[in-house]
Amino acid sequence: MVLWFRGPAKAKSLPLPLAGEGRGEGPERNEREAGDGKTMQPGSVYAIKEGKDRTEQHTLSILVDNEPGILARVIGLFSGRGYNIESLTVSETEHEKHRSRITVVTNGSPAVIEQIKAQLERMVLVHRVTDLTVTGRSIERELALIKVRGSGDARVEALRLADAFRARVIDATTESFVFELTGRTDKIDQFLLLMQPLGLVEVSRTGVAAIARGPEAM
Amino acid sequence: MTRQMTGAEMVVQALIDQGVEHIFGYPGGAVLPIYDEIFQQEKVQHILVRHEQGAGHAAEGYARSTGKVGVALVTSGPGATNMVTPLTDALMDSIPMVCITGQVATHLIGSDAFQECDTVGITRPSTKHNWLVKDVNDLGRILHEAFYVARSGRPGPVVVDIPKDVQFATGTYHGPQNVEHKTYHPQVRGDIGRIRAAVELMARAKKPVFYTGGGVVNSGPEATRLLRELVAATGFPVTSTLMGLGAYPASGENWLGMLGMHGTYEANNAMHDCDVMIAIGARFDDRITGRLDAFSPGSKKIHIDIDPSSINKNVRVDIGILGDVAHVLEDMLAIWKESGHKADEKALAGWWGEIDRWRARRSLAYRQSGETIMPQYAIQRLYEKTRDRKTFITTEVGQHQMWAAQFYGFEEPNRWMTSGGLGTMGYGLPAAIGAQTAHRDALVIDIAGDASILMNMQEMSTAVQHELPVKVFILNNQYMGMVRQWQQLLHGNRLSHSYTEALPDFVKLAEAYGGIGIRAEKASELDDAIDAMIAAKGPVLFDCRVANLANCFPMIPSGKAHNEMLLPEDATDAAIAEAIDAEGRALV
Repeated sequence: MVLWFRGPAKAKSLPLPLAGEGRGEGPERNEREAGDGKTMQPGSVYAIKEGKDRTEQHTLSILVDNEPGILARVIGLFSGRGYNIESLTVSETEHEKHRSRITVVTNGSPAVIEQIKAQLERMVLVHRVTDLTVTGRSIERELALIKVRGSGDARVEALRLADAFRARVIDATTESFVFELTGRTDKIDQFLLLMQPLGLVEVSRTGVAAIARGPEAM
Repeated sequence: MTRQMTGAEMVVQALIDQGVEHIFGYPGGAVLPIYDEIFQQEKVQHILVRHEQGAGHAAEGYARSTGKVGVALVTSGPGATNMVTPLTDALMDSIPMVCITGQVATHLIGSDAFQECDTVGITRPSTKHNWLVKDVNDLGRILHEAFYVARSGRPGPVVVDIPKDVQFATGTYHGPQNVEHKTYHPQVRGDIGRIRAAVELMARAKKPVFYTGGGVVNSGPEATRLLRELVAATGFPVTSTLMGLGAYPASGENWLGMLGMHGTYEANNAMHDCDVMIAIGARFDDRITGRLDAFSPGSKKIHIDIDPSSINKNVRVDIGILGDVAHVLEDMLAIWKESGHKADEKALAGWWGEIDRWRARRSLAYRQSGETIMPQYAIQRLYEKTRDRKTFITTEVGQHQMWAAQFYGFEEPNRWMTSGGLGTMGYGLPAAIGAQTAHRDALVIDIAGDASILMNMQEMSTAVQHELPVKVFILNNQYMGMVRQWQQLLHGNRLSHSYTEALPDFVKLAEAYGGIGIRAEKASELDDAIDAMIAAKGPVLFDCRVANLANCFPMIPSGKAHNEMLLPEDATDAAIAEAIDAEGRALV
């Protein structure tokens, strides 16, 4: 089964550019190892052979100073060192303090994940890096806008499934709907899978936003 | 201290406030206002290079020979892109450097203006950090932050890109006093619990080894002193990476020589067979480890490093200690002493016995007979003639670099400057110019190869102009020796483009630049020629004609482990042709 809408292509539709971005910066090479489940061990030409270590998916929350170029810096780290980006979400979260929060979903062997965190932590503009997967108590949500075109039974079925998934209709014509759906990544994937035979036209997804449970900040 | 001044004035004022005495640079349209300010003052001396890459490497040589931050100043566009190699070089070797680049005026950025390039974009992966200054009121703060970032934690290069209109604009200058960085505060003190655990492990060790790197040198003279004290207190053997040479003296009792691909047999075997390895300011580079899954299989590993991403990057360690080498060694030594630890004398005696058997293989042996100068012999003679002086050695990259590391004995840190991580041919001459600028009275020698030296030969002109009497000692074998060695090892002895058919006459070339040319072709005339070189008042190109086909041994062939070294006596043509198997061929 090919989930054509998954994978690193998402990183190309960055949700919100930070101040000062947009001088031709962007992810170019982070597709390198993504998608086929294999990861490359970085660091040494004599590296341990591929595929020896199991691959884990981790969600990292990165608190940064919202300086020009910070997004390019973080993305450049991932592409330059051959790490994967499954999903990337970024926006200013504390306006007065001039801080942004970047949420990255990445995958790699446990050693690679450790290395990614260490590499991020030593960047000059990074305040803090939290691995929400390790803390174990976090909530992840994604928002998707989904356009479905169809008529007759397919149209009725699409609407019925949307209802079951608690997707809202935010635009409609006599031959199409745009649904707004919020939820975990796998829920959105599942919904898109169901919409495919019913006339799925296009999708826009925000990428994962995540936060730890409980009263404490990261 | 806040004052009103122009951006260009701020640049010079910030340099003065940071205690900068020398900068290396090349003018151009986008930095003319800064050059105008430099012209009108005398506190900061500017060394005019002949190519921006030279300015970068000179700043590196200056930084490494003094422990201070090196400063380079170049223009926009090609000035900035020519700096990319030295910046990357400094990043790989952790050299503190501030590079100031001019940029086209703010309103022109993005318009493909003349000599415009996206400097911060291009240099982002080549620097520790970089800034594009868009408001003159930020300039003072950013410049002082830049110096702070360059020298703090794991040192590295930074770029401050200043548009021309910002250089002309007037604003408020902020002095260095109130610069506290918001986010960047590297940890210098190590975790005491871990240091204690490390000391326990060391006390129980039967076959310990210190593996030290450039981090010891970067940490400063105190780190070197403490390392020597710790080695003396424990009696453990010590080896070093290429970058760390000089932290422990080559004449020291516990010295094993350099380790790694062209390290000594005893150093590499000690690394392979040890039971406790204490890595200090070294990063387990692939030139050091050889084949990773066979790297020191039976040892517990302790790793002291200031960069969290260096710990557990290539090799998993048992005790990682994040902190500055000097701070951690101070605590380590204190704990070792106060808890009354003694090394296991009996075990250690056995261990030294094993090491002596490896030493007896004489892995650096070579044969000097007749009048053909062996390159190793040339370095040895150079060493004997210069060891009693205040001598700084730089190198280019290749066989000569490895021979210099093997045969020149370094007694002090900051005396040895070489491009270790990036392996930049053309590094040595400008780096020597940088070192000589800082140490006018010292003997500064670039040990070079005939191919490498031509990559930045134009800097001879810089040396002549600024009366910097650097000596370039060229081991001339007419080949790119290391390339040829690898072609012999990997590619069936097909020497594709590694022979230089048309080398210049280095003696005439030196004279053309206004320097002094010396040539030695026979072993019997070598000593006198070296004496003449040392006595020369100006810059010298020394054309030392050496055995053309000598190769650099011992060697760990790619894809092999530390205990599978190829020794010079075994390196027959057949052994060389078969040294690397199919899997190793893909590696570099």
